[in-house]
Amino acid sequence: MAVLPILTYPDPLLRRPAVAVADFDVELSAFVDDLIETMRTGPGGVGIAAPQVGRLQRIVVVDVRPKLGDDCHGLMVLVNPELIAWEGVAVGREGCMSVPDFTGNVIRAEQIRVQAQDIHGKVRVYECAGFEARAVQHEMDHLDGLLFLDRLVSRKTDLFRRKVYKR
Amino acid sequence: MSQALLTVIGEDRPGIVAAVTQALYTAGCSIGDASMMRLGGYFAIMQVLSYPQDLGAVEMALDAAVKRLNLRVHLDPLSSVAADGGAAPDTRVTVFGADRPGIVASVTAALASIGFNIVDLESERSGSPEHPIYIMVIQGLAPAGIAAVREVLAPLREKESIDIGVHPLETAVL
Repeated sequence: MAVLPILTYPDPLLRRPAVAVADFDVELSAFVDDLIETMRTGPGGVGIAAPQVGRLQRIVVVDVRPKLGDDCHGLMVLVNPELIAWEGVAVGREGCMSVPDFTGNVIRAEQIRVQAQDIHGKVRVYECAGFEARAVQHEMDHLDGLLFLDRLVSRKTDLFRRKVYKR
Repeated sequence: MSQALLTVIGEDRPGIVAAVTQALYTAGCSIGDASMMRLGGYFAIMQVLSYPQDLGAVEMALDAAVKRLNLRVHLDPLSSVAADGGAAPDTRVTVFGADRPGIVASVTAALASIGFNIVDLESERSGSPEHPIYIMVIQGLAPAGIAAVREVLAPLREKESIDIGVHPLETAVL
């Protein structure tokens, strides 16, 4: 296990789309272990995406237990994740290990259903809500070269929470 | 580089920000945190700027824009270089109700009494002319905790006939 260096904006790798994982081998497993350790030593400690350490593959790790205790899925390793459904929107303040110091308001879906593979390639579906859903969406954005900075909203937009029920 | 707080106010029209920031850029200034908005038909600029020489040179650089757009300019030197930053707000207070004098004064007096530090306040007078409503959103730091904010504001609901919401502002560092 090793803590990997985190890339910070404006590193160009953070803006590149990641490619799907094809080989579910020992090397992938070792990398995911490193990714988990890197996440846990970071300032937020609840989520990380492979491109943040310079590996352009569609891998995300989220574990919001430091924030929510056991009221969540615990450790989620999401390989090749796809958002298959979402509902509701909420404004929330986010920060990112790859954008030190700055925080800003971002709109995210309140509830999501995500389909992903685990480190063995087995397909799983997770339903997430609230903070956990926010974390998953934030990390999945990294796989498309997007940062929360791409989704900043004006403070005026933050006046009241607005509900939207359909895409 | 020294730092100053620049305030610019003028009747709203396109080109104010462009003219002011171009003049600052030409004078070798660099812009830090800024907040700019239209208020009551005027446009207000407040921004932190770093300047290379003396403030007089900054004022001189702005002079053409000031004359052309009829602006009022104020420059306050900032003593501390670490003027920006500070902790992110942890509490949001939303207030709305039929508009009448004294809402802001009573709400902010209650907040001040528990050491609540306002980081940001936005308000708007809205509704119809016969029934104006007042909407205010405050973001700030509540050193005594969010329960203390709720407690100190609770009596104002009835006293001022306003709706008050107190929400934790969480920052998800991901």
